[in-house]
Amino acid sequence: MKSASEYWRRNLRLVIISLIVWFVVSFGFGILLVDPLNSIRLGGYKLGFWFAQQGSIYIFVGLIFVYARNMNKLDREFDVHED
Amino acid sequence: MDLKTLTFLVVGATFALYIWIAIKSRASSTSEFYVAGKGVHPVLNGMATGADWMSAASFISMAGLIAFKGYDASVYLMGWTGGYVLLAMLLAPYLRKYGKFTVPEFIGDRFYSNTARMVAILCLITASITYVIGQMKGIGVAFSRFLEVDFATGLVAGMVIVFIYAVFGGMKGITYTQIAQYCVLIFAYTVPAVFISLHLTGNPIPQIGLGSTMSDGNGVYLLDKLDLICNDLGFAKYTTQKGSTLDMFLMTMSLMIGTAGLPHVITRFFTVPKVRDARSSAGWALVFIAILYTTAPAVGAMARLNLMKTIQTGEVGAPNSNLAYTEAPSWFKNWENTGLLKFEDKNNDGRIQYYGPGLDDKAASMGWQGNEMVKVDRDIMVLANPEIAGLPNWVIALVAAGGIAAALSTAAGLLLAIAAAISHDLLKGIFMPDIDEKQELLASRIAMGGAIIVAGLLGLHPPGFAAQVVALAFGLAASSIFPALMLGIFAKHVNNKGAICGMLTGLGSTLIYIFWFKGWLFIPGTNMAPDNAANWWLGISPGSFGAVGALLNFAVALTVSKFTANPPEHIQHLVEDIRVPKGVAAASDH
Repeated sequence: MKSASEYWRRNLRLVIISLIVWFVVSFGFGILLVDPLNSIRLGGYKLGFWFAQQGSIYIFVGLIFVYARNMNKLDREFDVHED
Repeated sequence: MDLKTLTFLVVGATFALYIWIAIKSRASSTSEFYVAGKGVHPVLNGMATGADWMSAASFISMAGLIAFKGYDASVYLMGWTGGYVLLAMLLAPYLRKYGKFTVPEFIGDRFYSNTARMVAILCLITASITYVIGQMKGIGVAFSRFLEVDFATGLVAGMVIVFIYAVFGGMKGITYTQIAQYCVLIFAYTVPAVFISLHLTGNPIPQIGLGSTMSDGNGVYLLDKLDLICNDLGFAKYTTQKGSTLDMFLMTMSLMIGTAGLPHVITRFFTVPKVRDARSSAGWALVFIAILYTTAPAVGAMARLNLMKTIQTGEVGAPNSNLAYTEAPSWFKNWENTGLLKFEDKNNDGRIQYYGPGLDDKAASMGWQGNEMVKVDRDIMVLANPEIAGLPNWVIALVAAGGIAAALSTAAGLLLAIAAAISHDLLKGIFMPDIDEKQELLASRIAMGGAIIVAGLLGLHPPGFAAQVVALAFGLAASSIFPALMLGIFAKHVNNKGAICGMLTGLGSTLIYIFWFKGWLFIPGTNMAPDNAANWWLGISPGSFGAVGALLNFAVALTVSKFTANPPEHIQHLVEDIRVPKGVAAASDH
C-alpha cells in the first residue's frame, strides 16, 4: 500500500494547481487585469467585463468537476476510496 | 383576472406544495432534523444547496445592485460563486469524512476544547443573524409589494410565515422543500429574463443576449448602448470601474471565503452519503447556482436600460422627452405606495427627470432642478422588472412567488444552523448533556423563534440593501469560521489556544470595523464615523474587511500555536484520519 503522506502530497498539488486557475480567472482577469483585457472584444462584451460577470463562473464549475474526478482517481490509486 | 388575485393564487399554490412536501417528509429524529439522515443524492443535494444558498439577496437584490453599479457589482457574482471552489477543495470532503452534525462540533473536537466550541457558536450565531437580517429586508420588500402595504407591515407578515414554515420540518423537510423551491425560483428568474432578452436583442438566451446587438436595427451592442445612455444622463458608465481596485479585490475575497465558511452551507455537505459525493455535490450546487448567477448580469443591465428608457423617452434636453408623471405606468405608482420608490417634482413641470451627478451643470440650463427620482430602492428592481418590461401578469405573479421561495429557503436553512448551534452544541454539548432527543428538538424550535424575532426587529432598520447586509454576514463568517476549519484540516500543529485566539481576533476585528461605520448592533446613529470611502481605513469598505479579518485570524492562530504546546497525539491521528476518505461513517450511523 502506498503511503498516506504521498496521497496527501498529491492532493495538495492538485488543490494548488486548481486554486491558481481559480485566482487567475477571477482576481486576475476579472479585477487586476480588467482594463487591458477590456480592449479585446467578445461580441458585445469587453473581455475583462465578460470574465468578471460570466466567464469566471463557468470556469469555477468546470474546475470543481475536474478536481472531483481527479481526486476520485487518486483515491482508487492509493486504495483509500470508500466501499 | 387582476394582478393581485393572480399573485395570491400563484404564491398560494407554491406554498401548498412546500407544506405538502414538508409534511410528507417530516423529521422524526435529531439525525433527520439536522442532517436529513445523511441519505441525500448529490445532485439533489446540489439543488437543495442552490436554493439554500440563493437567498433574497441573490434573487431580489443582486440584479438591482448590478443594474446600478454595473461592472463594480461583479464582486457579488464572482464572490458568491468562487467560494464553492474553496468549499469543494478545502472543506466539504473532510468535514463529511469527520461525519458530525454541526460546525462548532467539529471545531470543539479538533481543538479539544469546549471554549473553542463556544467561540465557534458565537461566530456562527453572529454571522447567521446578520445574514437573516438581510433575508428579512428582502422578504419585507416582497411582501410589501405583494400585499400592497408599507414595508414594516410586509416585514411582519414575512416573519410570521417564516416562523410557521421553518419550525415545521427540520433538515429533512427543508431539503426536499428546497428542491421544490429551487425549481420555482429558477423558473421565476429565467422566464422574465428570456422574455426581456428576446424583446431587446432578439436572442432568447440572456447570457448571449447581453453580448448581442439591440434589435432596434441600428446594430449597436446592448452594453455599448447602455454605456451611452448612462453617460448622456450623467451617470457613470456601466461597464467601467468606479470603486477602488483594492476594495473590489478584498470584497471578492471576503465573499468567497465567507461562502466557504457559512455554517448553513457547510451543513448541507454533511447530508450526502459519501466523501466523493461531497466533492461532486459542491460542483452540482454551483451548476444550479450558476444558472441564476450568469442570468443576473443580463437582468441587471436590461432592467437599467428599460428603467432609463421609460423615464427618458427621447433625447436629453429635448422638449417632451421626459415622462409626464400623470402618464407614469402602474408599476411606478404601485412601488410608490410601498415607499421604496419616491418621486418629487422639484421643478414643478409635471415631468420626471432622472439623471446623475455628471449632468448637474447642463441640467440647470434646461430648467431641471435636481434628480427627481429621490429614492429608487435597488431591492425593487427584480420584482419590478417584468412590470417595467410590460410582461404579462402571470410572469409578475411568478416572480413574486420566486422571490418568496428564495427568501424562505435560505431563512429556513440559516435558522436551522442557528437552532442546531444552540440546542445541539450549547445545550446538549456543553450545558445540559442529559436532555433527551425530544427536549433537544423543542429547544431548537424555541431558538428558531427567538432568532426570527431578533432578525425581524433589526431588519426594520437594515444597515443597507439586502445584498449588502448579507455581504457583512459573509465578512463575519470569512474572518472567524473559515480559517479555523481550514487550519483544523490542513495544519496539524495548530492547537486549541491558537484556534481560539485566531477566531476571536478575526471576529472581533471585523465586527468592530463593521459597527464602527454601520452603528453598534446596526442601531442607526450610533456609528463612530460616516460610512464612506474617505473615512474607511485604506479605502476598505466594511463589507470587504472580512478578508483582512481572516488574514489576522490565520496569522494569530499560527503564531500562538508555534509558541505553545503541540496538540495531543490522538488529535493528530484524528486529522490524519479525516484526510483520507476510507472508513467514512456509514449513511445511517447516527
